[in-house]
Amino acid sequence: MKVAIINYGMGNLGSVRRSLENLDADVIIAEHPKQLLDANRVILPGVGAFGEGMKKLCSEGWIESLQVQVIEQGKPLLGICLGMQMLSSLSEENGLNKGLNFIPGKVLRLDQLGCCFRLPHVGWNDVNYQENVSLFKKIPQQTDFYFVHSYAFIADDPANIIATSAYDISVTAAVRKNHIFGTQFHPEKSSKAGRQILKNFIEFTVC
Amino acid sequence: MLKVRVIPTLLWKDFGLVKGVGFDSWRRVGPVLPAIKVYNSREVDELILVDIIASREGNNPDHDSLNDFADECFVPLTVGGGITDLKQIVFLLHAGADKVSLNSVLFDNPNLVNDAAYQFGVQCIVASIDVHRFEDRFTCLSHSGTRNSQYEPVVWARELADRGAGEILLTSVDRDGTMQGYDLELIEKVTSAVKIPVIASGGAGNYQHMIDAVKQAGASAVAAASIFHFTEQTPSGAKAAMKAAGIPVRQSLYSSSPSDGIQIILN
Repeated sequence: MKVAIINYGMGNLGSVRRSLENLDADVIIAEHPKQLLDANRVILPGVGAFGEGMKKLCSEGWIESLQVQVIEQGKPLLGICLGMQMLSSLSEENGLNKGLNFIPGKVLRLDQLGCCFRLPHVGWNDVNYQENVSLFKKIPQQTDFYFVHSYAFIADDPANIIATSAYDISVTAAVRKNHIFGTQFHPEKSSKAGRQILKNFIEFTVC
Repeated sequence: MLKVRVIPTLLWKDFGLVKGVGFDSWRRVGPVLPAIKVYNSREVDELILVDIIASREGNNPDHDSLNDFADECFVPLTVGGGITDLKQIVFLLHAGADKVSLNSVLFDNPNLVNDAAYQFGVQCIVASIDVHRFEDRFTCLSHSGTRNSQYEPVVWARELADRGAGEILLTSVDRDGTMQGYDLELIEKVTSAVKIPVIASGGAGNYQHMIDAVKQAGASAVAAASIFHFTEQTPSGAKAAMKAAGIPVRQSLYSSSPSDGIQIILN
């Protein structure tokens, strides 16, 4: 199994790479969009600001490559944290910025959504997921995962929200549309349960 | 529900872990890597790793060593000590840090918080504040407690939060290593002044101290070192006590016996 992690200069790729290597995946740190050609799975990681992230994906040619490899050829994609938020249509972080629009919806600051708790939402929070979602296979309901974010993904179609977590309001914890997945939490930093998420993603097969 | 975190702090000097009292009288604890391995295997909530001499001696952060440490770490890792610019933050993040802790540099260049938060996101930036108490007055110290900045901690915390810090790591230098309890008055002043999470640090000697920091002073997380290095008490023991006191904590999949303190492995 070849898993490409997109390196667009945002965030900590090391821990994602190491987690996948521990699962015996063949990991490619993709520095160039052409490297997605060889991969069976694609991971879009990321910490940082939405606008900066999209700017880098755009200027380095990743958007076209993702369009071909993920949308046309159907390679499973997992967006993590900012990587998940960029799957959306639009974000309001530092002004309006367009996303990849792979899962229609928008990204808003948690306090705009009515959350009155301290921000960022940082730490371990328990996740409730829809039954029979392959990404959460073998993971008990209400398992804690590590979150660190101030913005949240509101999917237009609620069916695309496959998991939530409570932080004053209901926060989108994971999304899915067909073979495209996203987690707001960091599986690579969520210890054993996070490792299971990555394993489930690697083992996911398109029906 | 978001859980209150229990965070072991690892202080790193030259090639090993140390722990002092009042940021002084450093005592060797053991090598860094085995400690990270042990904490990781026990699924601690998070780790803080600080190079305590980098700022004082003007050294660059050691990202080569960090690379080795991060290889063993599958829980969130905050790294601090000697960071003075954005380039160093990029290196540390690439070497495996999830968050960076900024302290001494900010007294000369507070804009680094704005710039770093803009480039890497607020969630990445931990503003560390070391506080010394003069009778009933508090002041911020820098360079591992060796310089008095004359800054007032509440004002400073508010400014750093406004500039984009994602969390505040608040350490009482006077309580550090004493195991006599956190400075609850200081913590309460800061938690009620800012809307970002505050990590209490300095003084934990038993589980009740941690409960007090959360319940009485409003801390979002508790950091501790001596209690884990020099006593039989453990992060999982702390969480069991906090849970019994009604504080939400993360239940680790790993269950530990009371006799498995980190000091046994390190000594």
